[in-house]
Amino acid sequence: MNQPLLNISGLRKQYGAVEVLKGVDLSLQRGNVVTLIGSSGSGKTTLLRCVNLLEEFQGGQITLDGESIGYRDVAGKRVRHPEKVIAQHRAMTGMAFQQFNLFPHLTALQNVTLGLLKVKHMGKDEAVALAEKWLERVGLLERRNHFPGQLSGGQQQRVAIARAIAMNPSLMLFDEVTSALDPELVGEVLSVIKNLAQEGMTMLLVTHEMRFAYEVSDNIVFMNQGRIEEQGPPKAIFERPQSPRLAEFLKNIRF
Amino acid sequence: MNYQLNFAAVWRDFDTLLVGLGLGLQLALLSIAIGCVIGLLMAFAMLSKHRALRILASVYVTVVRNTPILVLILLIYFALPSLGIRLDKIPSFIITLSLYAGAYLTEVFRAGLLNIPKGLREAGLAIGLGEWQIRAYITVPVMLRNVLPALSNNFISLFKDTSLAAAIAVPELTYYARKINVESYRVIETWLVTTALYVAACYLIAMLLRYLEQRLAIRR
Repeated sequence: MNQPLLNISGLRKQYGAVEVLKGVDLSLQRGNVVTLIGSSGSGKTTLLRCVNLLEEFQGGQITLDGESIGYRDVAGKRVRHPEKVIAQHRAMTGMAFQQFNLFPHLTALQNVTLGLLKVKHMGKDEAVALAEKWLERVGLLERRNHFPGQLSGGQQQRVAIARAIAMNPSLMLFDEVTSALDPELVGEVLSVIKNLAQEGMTMLLVTHEMRFAYEVSDNIVFMNQGRIEEQGPPKAIFERPQSPRLAEFLKNIRF
Repeated sequence: MNYQLNFAAVWRDFDTLLVGLGLGLQLALLSIAIGCVIGLLMAFAMLSKHRALRILASVYVTVVRNTPILVLILLIYFALPSLGIRLDKIPSFIITLSLYAGAYLTEVFRAGLLNIPKGLREAGLAIGLGEWQIRAYITVPVMLRNVLPALSNNFISLFKDTSLAAAIAVPELTYYARKINVESYRVIETWLVTTALYVAACYLIAMLLRYLEQRLAIRR
């Protein structure tokens, strides 16, 4: 067995006195697509955000491609990496957000090139060519000079995905990327993600689109109250849930 | 009332009024530019996690905003030399007006920065940008575009405040107007023309700034 691309062990996270992750273990092989499901407050978005250090965590370890994310051990003490190292680690993952978070003062193209120019230090021509390639892949090349405010929600989210993926991350994180979209715009975003999955992109997703999760995932992880309650292949999770809480959860959602 | 308006004296020295107007505009432009830099630094200080920086910034803003600008002008022009800092009247006035602008802009920028959605910073972090890169490429440019109307208003205010420079004999519009007034005794004529010049200049500046705001605003 290969070393997993992402390995999370014993992850603990608290906000003040409230423990939101109570020891989570999860690993992803290269090319895996894993979807986190669970009711709100179960910790799935927090887990995702710990992987690229948008949230700090107080216990446990995350390794990505052999690198210890966020903290290192110095003579038995847990020390946060210098910000430079953290920024480098963050660039190893790409993230798409529920609210897209495009930079509103930049065009679609400039949104994608910013990281290429300022983080990857590419030349302008190279960055533009790469950005155009990815905008074409998400079907928005002809909108490259539009500003986010001039694009629909679905288009904005596709630009946001292009922005993340152009950085050539080894892992993509998708945090409820269709939750803020009008229903008729969900499909275009999901099909972009599905194509990436088919090309072998390693992904960790949080979604409420259960049919999509079923189709695209290698593994489904059901979270409940800061713990992984059950995980397995989609068929097993959706058709033969073992834990009563998962059965209850599935009963209450529409497919 | 059979006062005869006679503008001859004003027209004879009209070019000095225009020169004064030009200097006022330059003073306002320089001061808002320096004030923007001060305001930005102080806004970051206000939002800093370091208590000392926050205190420094709020003392500055509180003191400057609660002092009449004329008093500030006199304080800096007359009091600094006794501390051994000798400044010519124009640099002295520019420093005063910049400090004054900076205090108001600190508040404008601070509010503007607080209004930037948190998600923008996170999106920057997620692609590997550092905190200063995020400020330089994302939060500050977005914030500046959002506060353009407030910046315009501040600029027009500052331009009008340049008339107070006459108090320390900076040769701007009001200074020359007073000179014409004293030499010709054409009180009504002098101040009517001066008022008209201020109104026309402010109106034109406002139109120009409105146009710039539209050009630079974030497109929706």
